[in-house]
Amino acid sequence: MDFGRISRRHLLQGSAAITLGSALGVRSASAADTTIGFIYVGSRDDYGYNQAHAQGAAALKRLPGLKVVEEEKVPETDAVEKTIESMINLDGATLLFPTSFGYYNPHMIKMATKFPKLRFEHCGGLWTEKDPTNAGSYFGYIDEAQYISGIVAGYSTKSGKLGFVAAKPIPQVLRNINAFTLGAKLANPKATTQVIFTGDWSMPVKEAEATNSLIDQGVDVLTCHVDGPKTMVENAARRGAMVCGYHVNQSPLAPKAYLTGAEWNWEALYPKFVKMIAAGEAIPNFYRGGLKEEIVKVSPYGEMVSAEARKHADDIKAKLTSGDYTIFKGPIADNKGKVMIAAGTDRGQKDPELEKMDYLVEGVIGATS
Amino acid sequence: MTSDVADPGEAVAIAPAADPGFLQRHGGSIEYILIPGAALVGALAVFGIFVALFGKNPLDLYFYMYQGAFGTWFSWQNTLTRAAPLILTALCTALPAQLGMVIIGGEGALLIGALAATSAALALPSMPPLVVQLAMVCAGMIGGGLWIMLAGGFRQYRGVNETISSLLLVYIALAVLNHLVEGVMRDPASLNKPSTREIGAANMIGSIPGTDVHWGLVFGLIAAIASYVLIYHTTFGFAARVAGGNVRAAKIVGLSVGKLILTICFLAGASAGLAGMVEVAAVQGRTNANLAAGYGFTGILVAFLARQNPLAVIPVAILLGGISASGGLLQRRLGLPDASVLVLQGIIFVFVLASDALYGRIGFLKGKS
Repeated sequence: MDFGRISRRHLLQGSAAITLGSALGVRSASAADTTIGFIYVGSRDDYGYNQAHAQGAAALKRLPGLKVVEEEKVPETDAVEKTIESMINLDGATLLFPTSFGYYNPHMIKMATKFPKLRFEHCGGLWTEKDPTNAGSYFGYIDEAQYISGIVAGYSTKSGKLGFVAAKPIPQVLRNINAFTLGAKLANPKATTQVIFTGDWSMPVKEAEATNSLIDQGVDVLTCHVDGPKTMVENAARRGAMVCGYHVNQSPLAPKAYLTGAEWNWEALYPKFVKMIAAGEAIPNFYRGGLKEEIVKVSPYGEMVSAEARKHADDIKAKLTSGDYTIFKGPIADNKGKVMIAAGTDRGQKDPELEKMDYLVEGVIGATS
Repeated sequence: MTSDVADPGEAVAIAPAADPGFLQRHGGSIEYILIPGAALVGALAVFGIFVALFGKNPLDLYFYMYQGAFGTWFSWQNTLTRAAPLILTALCTALPAQLGMVIIGGEGALLIGALAATSAALALPSMPPLVVQLAMVCAGMIGGGLWIMLAGGFRQYRGVNETISSLLLVYIALAVLNHLVEGVMRDPASLNKPSTREIGAANMIGSIPGTDVHWGLVFGLIAAIASYVLIYHTTFGFAARVAGGNVRAAKIVGLSVGKLILTICFLAGASAGLAGMVEVAAVQGRTNANLAAGYGFTGILVAFLARQNPLAVIPVAILLGGISASGGLLQRRLGLPDASVLVLQGIIFVFVLASDALYGRIGFLKGKS
């Protein structure tokens, strides 16, 4: 079994290092290396969900004493269990980041139980008391960044019609759509957001169709919540519409159309995790935060964003960052007129009710089912 | 079975002096090993050149492929785990091929089988695990079987091309699955990943003792061997092959072609449905969109590479399982993108198809040298 861990290259490197080491009298530094494994469900240059994590992994690669191994396009089946085991058995990984939501249950839990001495960090915020203690699950309140995007979009739209290309009507997505719309209404109370659900996380053809259809209906600012925003961004820019990005900064794809965007800030979080481990601190198993905790961020504004929009957005961003602003503040009605959050009720960032969101706020055109 | 086996009369007439008996008797069988083997070696050589163009050492490539797929006991288990569902889904294409039908909808039968098996388990909440598991097997096989029988029925009674209809049925199956999983069968607790309720840890079928490989491998081996016996050693199988060779001739001799088509399609779908049951009962523990991992589509490739022989499906599935198992190591050690594994699969496919032209044309195997 142990022979499996020693590849031919390692043997060669090892013998070379020993020769060199004994000749020069230095100790090999590689003995102290920590190997970290990253697993992505899509390709790591998708300008989206997976690239955001790959940027976090890249931040770790720049730190001394860390070795990062990566594997992309691993499906949410037992394949991910085998990838985890392979990283442990063949690469010696001791910290693993299976980054896709569907990796958690049952796959990562099974592996965390099998390897109780290793640390697992999953993206999705799914850890509960009954799960293994060496498993963690983190997530960000990216609706805060979507809210800022909404403000900028509200100022930038001429038609007052915004578009949202969304994957599935699940709480995380609905929360983004609602935050974006509420933000837009701060800037332009008459603004509406037309939403189209494509049905799955990666449906480039449907995403392109949805983008075109929205623009045909007069929408002039679009955003999205799908795994790879590239399709939406490029198509919208080609049609002359403006966009707000998602997951990572997509401005290189459409520099003239990119207003701003809601981004993950994994390149800040992952080094923090590694430092906590190195210092012997325990990473909370359930780790969440927003702008204040530097888990999400807002893309730099594009040239065409007006001074007024910048000022308003920066102002709210500062309040969110200091932690004294509530996005979901009553009264909030759904788009059928029913009051969902009563006047006087503040549903703050960590309110569990928001995790169950199953409605679209007033101003959103569309239905959850 | 269209390839012509060496003609004994001709071989005897021009037999060389050296003992030609062995080749005469076994030349045909040797061809079936030699030609695909040579195709495989050729494909690996071309892939090596392809990889060398990217500046990687092809010898490293072969070494890591071997190490990742078969180099250690862990690698073997990884390979076999990935091969297990492929054996079953390949039979979904290989069995109808005996009748000259090209069925490519194994993925749909897998999804329906998984749904049916999950429903059976959820409908029997307080039964002993063995009863639940048997019910799941039956439900999965019947569900998948009826699904492909539908394609067979369309072909027999409505003249619908079975290739198209079986492919389209995949998308219908996926839509049915999503509809049920996001609707009536949804576990209300599965907020951001719509799923059915779990079938319960007691009802999981687990792994083959002493390994990490689940029982799906054994099911696959039994199904492949049973299919082989059925096709090559029973009158039913003979009738199917006659009908596959010439439908009109089969009808003239009084074979009920309609019954053959429906039965074979049912068996084909049942084996893919069983793969779906295994994915639920051995891997996922419930039904959700994760099940649509493409096993049904890879199964088509396996069936064609095995030249539709149910027994040859086993080694081919293990080979493709090995390629996918080693894919991770290629990404991690050589920095190749995931797509390179698909390139290799494509090259192998082209080589094996092209090598079809060689059957019966290799002189020395006929004893002619």
